[in-house]
Amino acid sequence: MMLPLGAPALPLDEAGKYVAGAYVVFVVLLVVYVAIMAMKLQRIERELREVAEIAEGNKGSQAAPGREAEEAAPRV
Amino acid sequence: MTPSRIAFAAILAKDLRSELRTLQSLPAMALFSVTTFVIFRFGLDRTSLSGSLAAGVLWATLLFAAVLGINRLFVAEREEGGFDAIRLAPIDRSVLFGAKVTALIVYLLALELVAVPIFALFFLQDAGGLGPLVGVLLLTDLGLAATGTLISSMAVNSRARDLLVPLVLLPLVVPLMIAATGATEPLLALGGPSYHRFGTWLMVLGLYDLIFGLVGYAVFDFLLED
Amino acid sequence: MYGKGLKPLSIATVAMIALALSLVFFYAPLDGDQGFIQKIFYLHVPLAMTALVGFIVGGVFAIAHLRTDNRKWDAYSYVAIHISVIFGVAVLITGAIWAKASWGHWWVWNEPTLVSFLIVFLMYATYYPFRYAIEDRDRQARYASVFAITAGAFVPLNFMAVRMAQSLVHPRVFATSNGGLPGEMLVVFLCCLVAMALLWMTLVKFELTAKSASGQVKRLRRALDAPASTGTSRIAPEVS
Repeated sequence: MMLPLGAPALPLDEAGKYVAGAYVVFVVLLVVYVAIMAMKLQRIERELREVAEIAEGNKGSQAAPGREAEEAAPRV
Repeated sequence: MTPSRIAFAAILAKDLRSELRTLQSLPAMALFSVTTFVIFRFGLDRTSLSGSLAAGVLWATLLFAAVLGINRLFVAEREEGGFDAIRLAPIDRSVLFGAKVTALIVYLLALELVAVPIFALFFLQDAGGLGPLVGVLLLTDLGLAATGTLISSMAVNSRARDLLVPLVLLPLVVPLMIAATGATEPLLALGGPSYHRFGTWLMVLGLYDLIFGLVGYAVFDFLLED
Repeated sequence: MYGKGLKPLSIATVAMIALALSLVFFYAPLDGDQGFIQKIFYLHVPLAMTALVGFIVGGVFAIAHLRTDNRKWDAYSYVAIHISVIFGVAVLITGAIWAKASWGHWWVWNEPTLVSFLIVFLMYATYYPFRYAIEDRDRQARYASVFAITAGAFVPLNFMAVRMAQSLVHPRVFATSNGGLPGEMLVVFLCCLVAMALLWMTLVKFELTAKSASGQVKRLRRALDAPASTGTSRIAPEVS
């Protein structure tokens, strides 16, 4: 494979702007997609945190059912 | 006669009888076409059409009128439990597809029986192209019926019923319309009908009909599962 | 486990994209007709081919869904179409830029591939309102599969019909998209095509993994009898 040494073919005239524009559009779309997926990931993380808290809360209440039942019983 | 053929005939007869008795779709489709022709006369500011303009006006109008009929195709089935009846019957469910496609072809032909002569009356200078146009109409109706029935059967079970058919059907029939107008344009040319690429366009129409007829027939069973 | 293999796949994708970009700007020879503008071809055409194959793959997944009644195929089909639609937006925009650069207009009707692609894009754009309109989840998945299969069959027919509608007199805008690419350009083009295909696969896998994670959280919630969260999508199929 013959790689020409030196500069890439990048003239800064009219044509260059269009080519740059096209590649920029591609990159922008890709980055927008990544950003949207990042928001989804944030939501998943938040929900996981909630669920973990609920799971720990359940574990706590399972360990001491007697006490809670006592507290919940109507006081006469 | 096998049970499937009996069912096919029964469904088709029921549909046609019901339409003849209530006359829900057909007059509306026909009136719509004629009025649309008038709108085109003023919108384009022309009193005579030929070639590509004529083909475009004719096919656009027929297509939109067809959508009116397609929207109503499965309404009776939905409201009166026709879908359940088919599910319970011990026959191939695609019979419903076949019967509905045939009924729709009949409606479209009836529409064209009214709309095309009026179109010729309003806009055409010579009626020489109308004979071979019948062939184009038949093949296009087949394609429209197959795709229209397929989309209609799904749309009828959805929320935005009347919106869904035009939305999904129109892009789907673009190749059909390209072929139909491609074949019609030389038929309605100013100097008399010509048959430029007529055979090729008919083949495209036939191919479209074949593919979507088969696809519709194959998937219809899955549409009726509950 | 959807995330498995995502890392090597993304690394391969990044490497391929880097290689492809270098080849485009450092190795590929300048086109005689269009000059530097032709470089857009290496971006636009691989995007288009990948999107189109992606749509067909979405149809194939839909067939698998209808035959096996396993909902995971519906998710695959949805994501395949979803990513291909996004690629489709990129195709249309880069196509418009190329048209403006070569022809002076942002849109041209006498480039059959671009017009065909527009119609295909419009067809698949209706996939979302179509899914949204069907409330019952099972039915939605089934109907969506029927849509994907029908639309998949539609793609080749559409390209054929539009091409035939072309008057043979009009010159094509994207002349180089006809065959006959010189050897060096062909190599670069193939590299770009592979890079785009890898990118498509990475994004599909990425999205499926995110959906799967979301689905697992829902499973957890149900198992813990926790209240359901708000903000569930009405149309995107769930993966579990």
